[in-house]
Amino acid sequence: MSSFNTNRALLLAALQDIQPQPLILNQPEQLKPYECDGLSAYRSVPLLVVLPETVEQVQAILKICQAQRVPVVARGAGTGLSGGALPHEQGVLLSLAKFNKILDINPERRTATVQPGVRNLSITQAVDHLGLYYAPDPSSQIACTIGGNVAENSGGVHCLKYGLTVHNILQIKIVTIDGELLTIGGHSLDSAGYDLLALLTGSEGLLGVIVEVTVKLLPKPERVQVLLAAFDDVIKAGAAVGAIISDGIIPAGLEMMDGFAIKAAEEFAHAGYPTDAAAILLCELDGTNAEVAEQLSRVHDILLHSEATEVRTAKDAQERATFWKGRKSAFPAVGRISPDYYCMDGTIPRKHLPKVLHAINQLSEQFGLAVANVFHAGDGNLHPLILFDANKTGELERAEAFGGKILELCVEVGGTITGEHGVGMEKINQMCVQFNSLELTQFHAVKAAFDPQGLLNPEKAVPTLHRCAEFGAMHVHHGQLSHPELERF
Amino acid sequence: MEHDHSQRLQEQVLAAYKLGKPLAIQGGNSKAWYGNEPQGEILSIAEHHGIINYEPTELVITARAGTRLSVIETLLAEHNQCLAFEPPHFGETATLGGTIACNFSGPARPYLGSARDFVLGCQILNGKGEILNFGGQVMKNVAGYDVSRLMAGALGTLGALLTISLHVLPKPEAELTLVKNVDAAGAIQQANAHARLPLPISASAYVDGLTYIRLSGTEGSVKQAAAYLGGEPLANGELFWHKLREQQLRFFQTDQNLWRLSLPADTPVLDLAGTTLYDWGGAQRWLLSDSEATPIRDAVSQAGGHTTLFRAQPSIRRHNAAFQPLSEAMLRYHRQLKQAFDPKGIFNPNRLYAGL
Repeated sequence: MSSFNTNRALLLAALQDIQPQPLILNQPEQLKPYECDGLSAYRSVPLLVVLPETVEQVQAILKICQAQRVPVVARGAGTGLSGGALPHEQGVLLSLAKFNKILDINPERRTATVQPGVRNLSITQAVDHLGLYYAPDPSSQIACTIGGNVAENSGGVHCLKYGLTVHNILQIKIVTIDGELLTIGGHSLDSAGYDLLALLTGSEGLLGVIVEVTVKLLPKPERVQVLLAAFDDVIKAGAAVGAIISDGIIPAGLEMMDGFAIKAAEEFAHAGYPTDAAAILLCELDGTNAEVAEQLSRVHDILLHSEATEVRTAKDAQERATFWKGRKSAFPAVGRISPDYYCMDGTIPRKHLPKVLHAINQLSEQFGLAVANVFHAGDGNLHPLILFDANKTGELERAEAFGGKILELCVEVGGTITGEHGVGMEKINQMCVQFNSLELTQFHAVKAAFDPQGLLNPEKAVPTLHRCAEFGAMHVHHGQLSHPELERF
Repeated sequence: MEHDHSQRLQEQVLAAYKLGKPLAIQGGNSKAWYGNEPQGEILSIAEHHGIINYEPTELVITARAGTRLSVIETLLAEHNQCLAFEPPHFGETATLGGTIACNFSGPARPYLGSARDFVLGCQILNGKGEILNFGGQVMKNVAGYDVSRLMAGALGTLGALLTISLHVLPKPEAELTLVKNVDAAGAIQQANAHARLPLPISASAYVDGLTYIRLSGTEGSVKQAAAYLGGEPLANGELFWHKLREQQLRFFQTDQNLWRLSLPADTPVLDLAGTTLYDWGGAQRWLLSDSEATPIRDAVSQAGGHTTLFRAQPSIRRHNAAFQPLSEAMLRYHRQLKQAFDPKGIFNPNRLYAGL
C-alpha cells in the first residue's frame, strides 16, 4: 500500500559512506526491538535503524534520504502512546538515543541546553542542586526524552499551572529534510518573524528532526502540599474542581480517578485510597509557605462544602508521595487486572464531564469492555483506560472502536481527540472528525512548506482526504456515524 | 448574530484573492504605526465583535477578533479574572485580534507568559478566503499543527483572525510594588537572581535609577516576599505598571526613535548610544536613540537578541525595516509558510518583512 519503494542496498551503501560512519543496524534481530513505540498494538519493522552521534551525521542521513526518497521516522525513547515513532517499513528509523548529553546549564539565565535524547527527568536532576527544575512532567518522565517531548508537546500532571512543553522551551535546533540546520527561537523571550517554535512543538516529527533543545528552568517551590478527597458521586467531584478554580486557586495538579481506577490502584500501590469511594480528587498546591498555607485551608473547606465524604492532607513528603503513587501507577495497576488496556487521551470542557462519563459508561456496556477513568481534572484531559484481551478474537478491534467513539464524543462536546499523547498513527482517523477537509488541506500545505516530498514521518498525524473519505464511508456503512460528511463546526 | 461579519469578510477576501489585490487588515486601527507601512484596501474587522463564550470555571474566553480589549477585560474583572499577559492597548480602540496579531504582552510576560502562550484556538480566514478552525477551547490540545499560536505575532500575514480563544487566570488576591535605588547593572543582576528564587514576582523594571518589583499572590505570600526583598512600597503601583505598559511614562514622551530590544534577561548593559528603560527583568529593553539602525541591530544580535524599530517618524520608518532581518534560510521558510496560507500574498504585504 505504501507509495515508497526503497532500494535497500543503495540506501545502505550511501549511509555507510558517511564519514565518520554512524551506527547502522540492519540485521532482522537488531531491527525487531524498534518495531513499535509505547503503543504496541501497531508494529512495523523498519528497513534500517541509524543511530547518529553528531548533527553533521543527521544532516548527511537526511540528505541521503531526501535524494533517494526514503521515509524517515525519528525516535527518542519510544515511550509515545500514539504510534508517533512507529517505523516505516520502507524507511529509516532515526534513533536519537546517542544524543544524550546535557550541553549547558546556565543558572543565571535559568536555562538548560540539552541534546534531544536526554531524558526529561534527568534535566530536573541535573539542576536540582541549583534549586531549579524543568516543569513539564509527563508520567513517563523517567524514560521519555526531551526531543520526543517537544515533538509531542507533552504535558503532565502539573500543566494546569505550569503549561505544556511549548510554554517551557526557548530554542530548538532542527535539521530539515534538506539537511539544513535551523535555529528556531532563541535565548530571548521571543524571536523575530513567525513563531516557528510554536509550530514545530507538537509537530510529531513531520516538519524536521530536533537535534538540540533549550528549556526554561523554574525555581523549585518553597512548599508543596497534597490533599486527597473522596466523593460518593463522580459529579460532586467534578463540581468540586470547578469550585476550587472559581475561588481563584490554580492548583499545581488536580487529578481525578473513578471507582474502578481507585480499586485497581489501591490493590497495586496500597496508597490507602478509600476503595468504597465513587471518585477521588488529588489536589496539589505549591508556592511560597504563606501561599500554600492559605490555599490549603481554603481548598479543604471547598472540598467539604462540595460534599466530599473525606478529606485528607498529606502529613509529610512521604505521605504525599504515597497519595501520588496510586495515581501514577494507575496504568500498570489496570495492566495487572486486565491482559491489555488501551489508553485514550481526549480533552473536554470540564463542564461536560457528567455527560461524557455517562456516555462512556453506556459505551462500555455496548462494547462489552470495562473502562477505568483517570482524569487530569483541572484541564479537562481524560484518560479512559479500556480493558481488553488481545488474545480474544476481535477484542482489540472492539477496544479501538470503543476508543474512537470516546474521541468523537470529546469533539462533539467541544473538546479534542488528543490532549497530550499526540495523533500519531492511533488517532489519525479521528482527525477526520475534528478537522474538515479545508483545515486538513491547510495542514498539508504547512507540511509541504517544510517537507514537500512528505518523507518525514509519513502517513501520520494528518490524514489524507482520501483516508478520511474511506473512514467516513466505513462508518456510514456500519450505520454508526450519523454525519457522513466530515463536518466539525 | 448581528455582530458576526464573517460572511462579509469572507466575500471581501474571496474578491481580493480572485484579483490578487492586497488587503490591509484593520481592527481598531490603534497600531497602524507598528511594523512596516500598511498597504492595500482595508479589511475592517472592528465590526466583527462580541464575546462568543466565557466560562469562568473553565478559565477560557472566546471572542470575535474585533472585540475591544477593554470589553474583554471588563467582563473578566467582573469574575475576578484577567488576561495574565497584560496586553498593552496603545489606544481605546485596541482589539483582541490586533493584540494577538502583534503578540503584545505587558510587564507580567516573563513570569506568567506571553499573549501567544495564552492562545488556545482561533478561527481564521486564510488567503484563499477559507474559514478555518484550529486549536480549541481546552487547555490541552495537540491535534494538528499549532496554527493558533503561529498566528500570534504574524501580523496578519498568514490570515485574518476571526475569533480567538484565550486561557484566562484568576486575578491575584494581593499586589504590592517595591522600589529600590540601584544602578542598571545591579538591577539586571538582581532581577535575574530573584527569578531563581520561589518568590511571587510578577513584574520587574528599571526606570531612571530606580528598580520596581511587583509582587502578586495571596496576602501572606506578598507580605512574606516584601519582607525578604526590602525596598520602599510604592503607593499606587498599579498606575506605574499601567503607564509603563502603555508607554505613558515620561521616558516615552519624545520624538526620538524607540527601539524594542528583546534580549536574554541576563545580558549586561549594552554600550549603545541613547537612553534605556529595562522591563521584563532585563529581557525587554526600550532604547531611545537617534543612531543608525545597523550598530543597534548588530550589537543586539551579537548578544543573542533581536530588535524592533517600534516607533519612529515616518521618514525614518520608510528607510528602515521594522523588524530584525532574518537569515536567508529562515526567510525562505517564512516565504514557504506564507505561500501555504496566503498563496497570492494578499494579506498585509510587506508589513512584517519585505516580500512576505
